[in-house]
Amino acid sequence: MKLNELTLKESIDALDKKEVKIEEIYQDIDKVYQAKNEDLNIYLSVDADALKKAKEASKKPLRGLPIAVKDNFCTIGLPTTASSNVLDGFMPQYESTVTKRLKENGGIVYGKTNMDAWAHGSSTETSDFGRTLNPRNIEHLPGGSSGGSAAAIAADMSIAAIGSETAGSIRQPAAWCGTVGLKPSYGRVSRFGVVSMASSTDSPGPLTKTVEDACILLNSFAGPDERDATCNKEKAPDFTSFLGQSIKGLKIGVIYQDVKEIGETNDKLLQELNILKELGAEVEIVKAMDPHHAIGVYTVVQRAEVSSNLARYDGIRYGEDRSHFGDESKRRIMLGTYTLTKGHADQYYNLAQKVRTLYLENYKELFKKYDILVAPTSPSFAKKIGASFESSMFGELEDMLVEASSVSGLPGINVPFYHDEKTNLYLGANFIAPMWREDSIIKVADAFEKNTKWNSWRNK
Amino acid sequence: MPYKLVCGLEVHAEVKTASKMFCSCKNDPFGAIQPNIHTCPVCLGMPGGLPVANRKAIELTIKLGLALNCKINLFSKFDRKNYFYPDLAKGYQISQYDIPFCHDGYIDTSEGRVGIHRIHLEEDTAKLSHQEIDLDGDGKVEKVTLIDFNRSSVPLVEVVTEADIKSATQAKEYGQKLRQIMRYLDIADCDMEKGGMRLEANISLRKEGRTGLPDYKVECKNINSFKFLEAAIHFEIERQTEVLQNGGTPIQETRGYNSTTGKTFPQRTKEDAADYRYFPDPDLPPIEFTAEQIEAIRGEIGELPEAKAARFIKEFNLNEKSTRELTANNKKSVFFEEILSTAKKESLDSQKLVNSLLNKKFEFSFDEKASAIIEKFKASSTSETIDDGELKSVINKVLAANQDAVEKYKLGKTAVAGFLIGQVMRELGKKVDINLVREKLISLLD
Repeated sequence: MKLNELTLKESIDALDKKEVKIEEIYQDIDKVYQAKNEDLNIYLSVDADALKKAKEASKKPLRGLPIAVKDNFCTIGLPTTASSNVLDGFMPQYESTVTKRLKENGGIVYGKTNMDAWAHGSSTETSDFGRTLNPRNIEHLPGGSSGGSAAAIAADMSIAAIGSETAGSIRQPAAWCGTVGLKPSYGRVSRFGVVSMASSTDSPGPLTKTVEDACILLNSFAGPDERDATCNKEKAPDFTSFLGQSIKGLKIGVIYQDVKEIGETNDKLLQELNILKELGAEVEIVKAMDPHHAIGVYTVVQRAEVSSNLARYDGIRYGEDRSHFGDESKRRIMLGTYTLTKGHADQYYNLAQKVRTLYLENYKELFKKYDILVAPTSPSFAKKIGASFESSMFGELEDMLVEASSVSGLPGINVPFYHDEKTNLYLGANFIAPMWREDSIIKVADAFEKNTKWNSWRNK
Repeated sequence: MPYKLVCGLEVHAEVKTASKMFCSCKNDPFGAIQPNIHTCPVCLGMPGGLPVANRKAIELTIKLGLALNCKINLFSKFDRKNYFYPDLAKGYQISQYDIPFCHDGYIDTSEGRVGIHRIHLEEDTAKLSHQEIDLDGDGKVEKVTLIDFNRSSVPLVEVVTEADIKSATQAKEYGQKLRQIMRYLDIADCDMEKGGMRLEANISLRKEGRTGLPDYKVECKNINSFKFLEAAIHFEIERQTEVLQNGGTPIQETRGYNSTTGKTFPQRTKEDAADYRYFPDPDLPPIEFTAEQIEAIRGEIGELPEAKAARFIKEFNLNEKSTRELTANNKKSVFFEEILSTAKKESLDSQKLVNSLLNKKFEFSFDEKASAIIEKFKASSTSETIDDGELKSVINKVLAANQDAVEKYKLGKTAVAGFLIGQVMRELGKKVDINLVREKLISLLD
């Protein structure tokens, strides 16, 4: 067996039992990196000293295992570009809280992964450094914006990965690449040192091979941070403690079954959810507020924040000047600026915030009755390469099913629920829960993963 | 004059906190020995830098609001004010838009009450300096603009008045009172020369007898002294009067003040006025206070200058003019109060004592004990006249009787002079100016 195909948990166990050496794991990771990275374009940079650092971290919780990190996390010693020419070659003198804690816990930043420039997109096709291909089927996109991190998992080019999500950027590429992706509650994980996209919804989180791996990785970096004022003040729980739990009596509401565009995906999901009934959960279809409105809310709020967050990239203190922004960023800056302009703010930005409140209230109602809500993560299988250039609203449409919960700050997790033999592509389910209730989604996703055949690592 | 001044002031002051407004960098832009040493990813606007609000700065702002009779918003927030300028690291300034910490207060001046519209907290920008230097060492001088981020994100409080100010002197008095209160509360040093306190005046005129605001206003910036504030207002009154008398309306614009010419000059008109696209800063959660917390802050406000002056007049029977001087700043007022209290116990004339102190009738320092200063006052105040011959003969008599002391003095033990002075004073039998005795004695000894 190739050691790069081990899950995070299997790697830790194998190292502890001395069945494998850390060098051997790195050897296999390096091998697939050398063979495939040029074509797949997953890593923008890798740490040549990774193995050396790994050996020094052998006693720490993550045992020096190689982790792929999205290129919008500031890392000392590795360039941080957010896949934009504006930050080409930028070497931060400080470390993001997430990677700082990852390193303290013995995780090694193997390399920095490609993404949509500034995380603006759901394809990893808008990167200024070229698109990433979906390792499951190279004619298709990996999704995005954390497409490089999802692809690193799908290609077994790292043991686990870290991404960030504003609305779908962890879960959608996880769905398209057939991996697990967990978006924690907004504020569960510090945003310090992460290049801001939309500050009010940005949430760093793990992309992994299994739900268990996601918990192990999230344990290493979740929790309060005094450098992020929006970070939750309460200590994070041990996420692995929610694994292997009974889901008997859990009430699961299936939402968005009435959304016409996703009929086929919805049907497949409904069928797969039967297993949860067998495991003792109550599963029923319930109507939620129309997700189409969330496209507008998310687009307006996010563009507004983007227009302001990107203002610092003026080329005066570091980086290149503003002429280096790509088309997508320019579109977003212009649209965001417009929606905040006097005379338009009430029509767009303020209205969007009101609709955001309606979603919050709708979730509050739904969660009175259900512990968990579930729907497909993405309307369809991974789209073909080039698809993102067909519509300037590509990402927003692809992420339609996760946007409402993202603007509401809720935690969510993607697990594969279907595999198409012919295309080798996957569909993913998105389980969501109320704020701070990662326990619920972990419980149900873990049970689903272990009792179905769709996880490619558990079912080799 | 057919026109009356309608004026409001906006005053910015750098708040005295240990660290900056949104990061833990040292708040010491004037004390820094080098540019750009008190900086970090947050105040430099680096990718991923996030602001965390300085609680102390917020509490000081509320304290100022309470001292200025303001209402306090228990729920408040920070907003982003978006605009580009090289001194603005993030491309936006974190400020407060529609919910400032304090609103609807006032300061009373001798020409009437000046309403405080609002007080909010924001961050200062970096400091630009335009220089001509040889950057690359090729011997050729280039015009460059240097940026010092030591000041970036220093807490800045902004106090905005209503358009209640009716004269240049009232504007000055208001500004001075505001500065005095901020210094009393130790909220800000208000060093105007360094830019620790900055004034902006909104100036317009209306026909005598009319009420309501004029349909234009002229904003005067870059005023860094109260003298210049008065001068700028006077200049604007003249300039605007002339425009109005010729049947025109002064254009709505921002003008600068040139202290060399004493004139204001146009800077920006309404057409290119910025739209700051304010929106709540998503990086900073709203700030909430309870009524109890506000009362606790109110409890920390000591006696303010106005109240202290009134008490001094009452307790020590002083006139208003000297009282104002004694209470000009907190440290001074504490010092003088101790002396006055001691003097009161000894039933000395407080006003006379104060006059001697303010007119420097005798030398004293702020480190001296109250009792020592009182002794000096007594000595100086009760001196009687004496003719030179009499003084000389008494001194010679004392010196002859104290040969030991004279020897010691000549060996360098000059401290014995004090003993000899005491002997002379006793021999004289009347209160003579001690300084006069010292001078004479020393000249005779030498």
